[in-house]
Amino acid sequence: MGDANLRAELGSPGRRLGTLARHLGVDYSPASSSLMASHNASEIVTPSPTAGSYGGSVFTNVVQAPEDPILGVTVAYNKDPSPVKVNLGVGAYRTEEGKPLVLNVVRRAEQLLVNDPSHVKEYLPITGLADFNKLSAKLIFGADSPAIQENRVTTVQCLSGTGSLRVGGEFLARHHHEHTIYIPQPTWGNHPKVFTLAGLSVKTYHYYDPTTRGLNFKSLLEDLSKAPRGAIVLLHACAHNPTGVDPTLDQWEQIRLLIRSKGLLPFFDSAYQGFASGNLEADAQSIRMFVADGGECLTAQSYAKNMGLYGERVGALSIVCKSADVAVRVESQLKLVIRPMYSNPPIHGASIVATILKDREMYHEWTVELKAMADRIIRMRQQLFDALRTRGTPGDWSHIIKQIGMFTFTGLNREQVTFMTKEYHIYMTSDGRISMAGLSSKTVPHLADAIHAAVTRIK
Amino acid sequence: MASALASVALSTTFARAVPLPENSMRIGAEKKHDNPLFKGKAFRRVSMAVSVNVSRFEGVTMAPPDPILGVSEAFRADTNDLKLNLGVGAYRTEELQPYVLNVVKKAEKLMLERGENKEYLPIEGLAAFNKVTAELLFGADNSVIQEGRVATIQGLSGTGSLRLAAAFIHRYFPDAKALISSPTWGNHKNIFNDARVPWSEYRYYDPRTVGLDFDGMVADIKAAPDGSFVLLHGCAHNPTGIDPTPEQWEKIADVIQEKNHIPFFDVAYQGFASGSLDADAYSVRLFVRRGFELLVAQSYSKNLGLYAERIGAINVVCSSSDAGTRVKSQLKRLARPMYSNPPVHGARIVANVVGDPNLFNEWKQEMELMAGRIKNVRQRLYENLSEKDKSGKDWSFVLKQIGMFSYTGLHKAQSDHMTDKWHIYMTKDGRISLAGLSLSKCEYLADAIIDSFHNVD
Repeated sequence: MGDANLRAELGSPGRRLGTLARHLGVDYSPASSSLMASHNASEIVTPSPTAGSYGGSVFTNVVQAPEDPILGVTVAYNKDPSPVKVNLGVGAYRTEEGKPLVLNVVRRAEQLLVNDPSHVKEYLPITGLADFNKLSAKLIFGADSPAIQENRVTTVQCLSGTGSLRVGGEFLARHHHEHTIYIPQPTWGNHPKVFTLAGLSVKTYHYYDPTTRGLNFKSLLEDLSKAPRGAIVLLHACAHNPTGVDPTLDQWEQIRLLIRSKGLLPFFDSAYQGFASGNLEADAQSIRMFVADGGECLTAQSYAKNMGLYGERVGALSIVCKSADVAVRVESQLKLVIRPMYSNPPIHGASIVATILKDREMYHEWTVELKAMADRIIRMRQQLFDALRTRGTPGDWSHIIKQIGMFTFTGLNREQVTFMTKEYHIYMTSDGRISMAGLSSKTVPHLADAIHAAVTRIK
Repeated sequence: MASALASVALSTTFARAVPLPENSMRIGAEKKHDNPLFKGKAFRRVSMAVSVNVSRFEGVTMAPPDPILGVSEAFRADTNDLKLNLGVGAYRTEELQPYVLNVVKKAEKLMLERGENKEYLPIEGLAAFNKVTAELLFGADNSVIQEGRVATIQGLSGTGSLRLAAAFIHRYFPDAKALISSPTWGNHKNIFNDARVPWSEYRYYDPRTVGLDFDGMVADIKAAPDGSFVLLHGCAHNPTGIDPTPEQWEKIADVIQEKNHIPFFDVAYQGFASGSLDADAYSVRLFVRRGFELLVAQSYSKNLGLYAERIGAINVVCSSSDAGTRVKSQLKRLARPMYSNPPVHGARIVANVVGDPNLFNEWKQEMELMAGRIKNVRQRLYENLSEKDKSGKDWSFVLKQIGMFSYTGLHKAQSDHMTDKWHIYMTKDGRISLAGLSLSKCEYLADAIIDSFHNVD
């Protein structure tokens, strides 16, 4: 109440000053006015940020935000006029010709949808397209998954991986007793922001070992064993982003045992199913192990990469519960998270996915195109590795072929990355991550030259 | 019993395969599933107990169905032939079929022919869309556009755009309140709640006149703390269909200016209310003309029939282009951890339709047809009500209200009666969606309204 009265008082001189300032052509900002300060010297000096929109701006205190570190790489790349520039920033697949790819089977699905008179644009339910949800759950958990057959899984369509993580995070912040989530070190740059804004408190667990450029398994287990009961653990289902380092199946089993014994709650981020190894079933192994033991977990699925549907924003959040009854109640609460966020999800991408997944022949075509993408990336890994060996670049670069998925964690440091951007027009994130999907046989030599130069000239 | 079992299970360590007591509530763990995925000795099917038996989500209660979207669910479950869905605001043809606009089909065919890619949009959305959506709203020759003072971000239809704005308000105006009309669209409160922006209501609907409580509205806006965000419906107020007159808009602007409030428009029906895009933008353009910094959430769900594509925008008009740039950057910072970047399909449709003169004209014609059908239905309903109701009640509010919805003045019990006896589905606040009404069903609806109004207390 006092504040409101104060603002009312401050507002009046502010307005008059503002009007005067406008007539004089002076840039007046109430927040910086010394007149204001002296007028109310004994009271709160800072006027309301929303006072005095005349002559000043209510948005005076809004500062320029920096570009998103990952998406900002593409922004910088686009500005560069160099003909030899290479964009290894954001994880979007490129063909050998360096072009974006829309899968043939996706085009076919779109054609079917456009020609189908019964395909309308009515609001989807809050939880999204029902067929899509069922098919997505089957894809990730396996069609014969007991959890599905027992109706213990609730699946809601969300905006790709990000949206699924956010909705899942918000749900946990409201309904789970423990509000801490452990994320691997390092992880996708957007993870901590998503979970913080969802209302969770973010901690990290050791993951990457820079000395071996592999998994720091011992510390991973140690960190998770110290987590409080009920804490949420974010796990990359396969093709860890940014490192490309995945646990072996044996290690996954040990992680599972630990998580279950400590009563931790696993939250899988599955953005690369089928894209990592080329095989959809293999890339879902980690998740299916956890589901098989009867325990609960969350899974965020994305179709951005494996179906090339990046801009359509298609994904799904699944929550595997102990009982069908709980799953029903959980779903009803997920709707309360979604409705005030965007009401219901976009139909186009989900319709494409459902069309493909439910048709045997289209599904098969998809697996073929998917394998082709994954294989090309594996070839790029081999080519880059060979190119560095040919140049005699100092260091052990075998991690390039050991790591899996779209990204390679090169091990290059910030200075080396800056050097490569400046001198060789290589665009990548400052943590040394490169998107193999952005490489081609033509550009591998240039990248190898850049890495060689960076490693030999900058320490 | 369950909690005793749970505590036994919790205290059991996982290291030993401890069989659980009889009558255990475990589901699934004992069954031997021959899962073909798990071959080889590297991994064996785990059939032993997991340490926690009871779901960690056991305490999650069943949420009630959404009051608006839940109506359609109930309608679908009804098997009666006479049923009528006047719940959610989605346009229906006279045959009560969903309607995909011809221009939309044309745009989609064009897009497919061009073979456009599906790359991520920038966080702020499709540039071509952002440009046309601001021009459509403010007018391309408006000074705010010429001077680059509008920060426009593609959002997930109206809801998503409102939510981004609310999140922005929470972060940069943490002490500010939102003022919403009483009544307003049911989801407005949820949006502000989830964004943690406190809100209070200003009087709006006057049940005595079935019209605008203008004095109450002005008084409440005046009484609110300085610098509040006043949520205004740009046109076709939802749920009442009652809009201020131009003179009233000027007075509303006066009191907002006096209190240094910030106008926050929800524009979900531009072109759909009167049939004219420019006429429906009158209120927003008035406030812009008067020099306010303001926010506008737009939706293309109704006017382009793009409901499920989730296409809209949040526009922030700032006093300088520098402020606009900064505001835009911060809106992006809120969008990234919510969904990273918005869906491309709907944005391309809008950009194609609005950006092509032929398609744009065709759109305007289709929009006039849709708005025209609703006006016709209003007229027929009014006539039926006036003829059949012998009480002398004034039903002219049906004609005076504008847009997709009509606030009938029926209260909850009466609305329930509409459903229970007449199989007419509507929201419990007495709102009916005229978009879901055909001329042929007006008489039936009139009978139902008269019955519910007079015979239910």
